[in-house]
Amino acid sequence: MAKSHVSTTVNGDPVEFLCDAPETMLDVLRNTLGLTGTKEGCGTGDCGACSIIVDGRLVCGCLMLAVEATGKSITTIEGIGAPDRLHPVQQAFLEDAALQCGFCTPGFIVAAKALLDRNPDPSETEIRYWLAGNLCRCTGYDKIVRAVQHAAAEMKGQPA
Amino acid sequence: MQYQSPASIEEAVAALASIGGARVLAGGTDLLVQLRSGTASPAAVIDVKNIAALRAITETADGFRIGAAVCGAEITDHAALVAAWPGVAEAAGLIGSTQVQGRASLGGNVCNASPAADTTPALIAARAVAEIVGPNGRRSIPVEQIATGPGKTSLAEGEIVVSFLLPRRPARSADAYLRLIPRTEMDIAVAGAGVNLTLDADGTIADARVGIGAVAPTALVLDAAPGILVGTKCDEATLAKLAEAAGAAARPIDDKRGTVDYRRKVVGVLAKRAALIAYERAKGAR
Ligand SMILES: Cc1cc2nc3c(=O)[nH]c(=O)nc-3n(C[C@H](O)[C@H](O)[C@H](O)COP(=O)(O)OP(=O)(O)OC[C@H]3O[C@@H](n4cnc5c(N)ncnc54)[C@H](O)[C@@H]3O)c2cc1C
Ligand code: FES
Ligand code: FES
Repeated sequence: MAKSHVSTTVNGDPVEFLCDAPETMLDVLRNTLGLTGTKEGCGTGDCGACSIIVDGRLVCGCLMLAVEATGKSITTIEGIGAPDRLHPVQQAFLEDAALQCGFCTPGFIVAAKALLDRNPDPSETEIRYWLAGNLCRCTGYDKIVRAVQHAAAEMKGQPA
Repeated sequence: MQYQSPASIEEAVAALASIGGARVLAGGTDLLVQLRSGTASPAAVIDVKNIAALRAITETADGFRIGAAVCGAEITDHAALVAAWPGVAEAAGLIGSTQVQGRASLGGNVCNASPAADTTPALIAARAVAEIVGPNGRRSIPVEQIATGPGKTSLAEGEIVVSFLLPRRPARSADAYLRLIPRTEMDIAVAGAGVNLTLDADGTIADARVGIGAVAPTALVLDAAPGILVGTKCDEATLAKLAEAAGAAARPIDDKRGTVDYRRKVVGVLAKRAALIAYERAKGAR
């Protein structure tokens, strides 16, 4: 079976790649495009470590075929902030020690950013429900929720 | 495995007919898990998300038409649909996580034919009609006729569900869906119940329909519900009868999520609570 040629946009840049039909977006991001910030925890939609934003919707990279990316705009953790200019969610995770091993962290940050983009002032309950598909085996979640609240406050304080 | 993403229903039907063992791909939240585990190994997947009719929510003289591949987040974001069909919307909104909501569709939920599919009982209560296209043309069937058993449907080779039509609503109508899961999010229903009511001007129930899920090989229409609910004001005694009827209609299994007795009891409690919510909503509806 010939590989498919896919033209898409990743983190604002036009990207082209070849893939086999069964390959997931997560496989291609990590193995073909070298964007290894997006993690594979389960491969079955349960853990959220592979969270990416596709045309404005938060999805699991492991539950999307890479061939589906044609014409889409994809944001991964690498497209959020920059080493010298962290996104407020990233800064808050650091300051509030919202990570331990860090494996779940990219997924949480992508998911939290997607939340704050549509709801700048979420309640704790809204944050917990929104992040229910992101699993963390280390922190106990509390510091993560605090960090998202902290980031929301920071983002509101900033001039648009 | 081949991948095709046709832009029209006709092309999709033709592709399904020409490639033996091809499967429809909507959100992939069931299918990709099956591909990974090897429980599905289709020769091709036909992605139906580039077909406009499967991606639109439209309000027509006949009611709301929801494209079969519309994802849960698009349903719960649609204010007019949520206002008219709060129960269908809350069932769609219960599927999985935010991430799963970004992909999971009604067509996938119903056609995957899990006995515990959350939207099926709500769609049954809503009298949703599935609009299907296949090699032999178009047909429309009530949603409860799609699943025939766990993982099995009545769809013929090459048939695609295009949309679900939710009929126009009389005044003072509302629906509700409740399920029980062992946690608050991200689990499979132990039982579920959808209730859809229309009231008279004085608050008497004029029309009722109830669907129950996860308590039989397929979701069921609770045939006894109209006889119990219609003509009442959803009082305690009526609700007790409804709960008993739901438990009696259930044909559940024992598994790690619940025993037969527990499921019978719970489906009754859910039917009763969903009826109360639908009743209160209907009183407040236009
Ligand atoms: C983490 C996780 C949590 C979940 N939680 C829930 C839950 O709480 N409740 C629940 O009910 N489900 C749950 N699911 C299951 C799944 O998300 C739903 O069943 C979802 O609605 C499937 O829709 P889809 O668009 O992703 O379907 P797909 O995976 O694309 O398709 C599912 C099946 O239906 C067929 N199909 C799809 N569309 C059509 C069509 N238009 N015509 C004909 N056949 C079609 C496909 O060929 C396939 O066999 C969960 C899944 C995951 C991964
Ligand atoms: S790797 Fe995708 S949800 Fe776990
Ligand atoms: S920090 Fe280790 S899994 Fe979350």
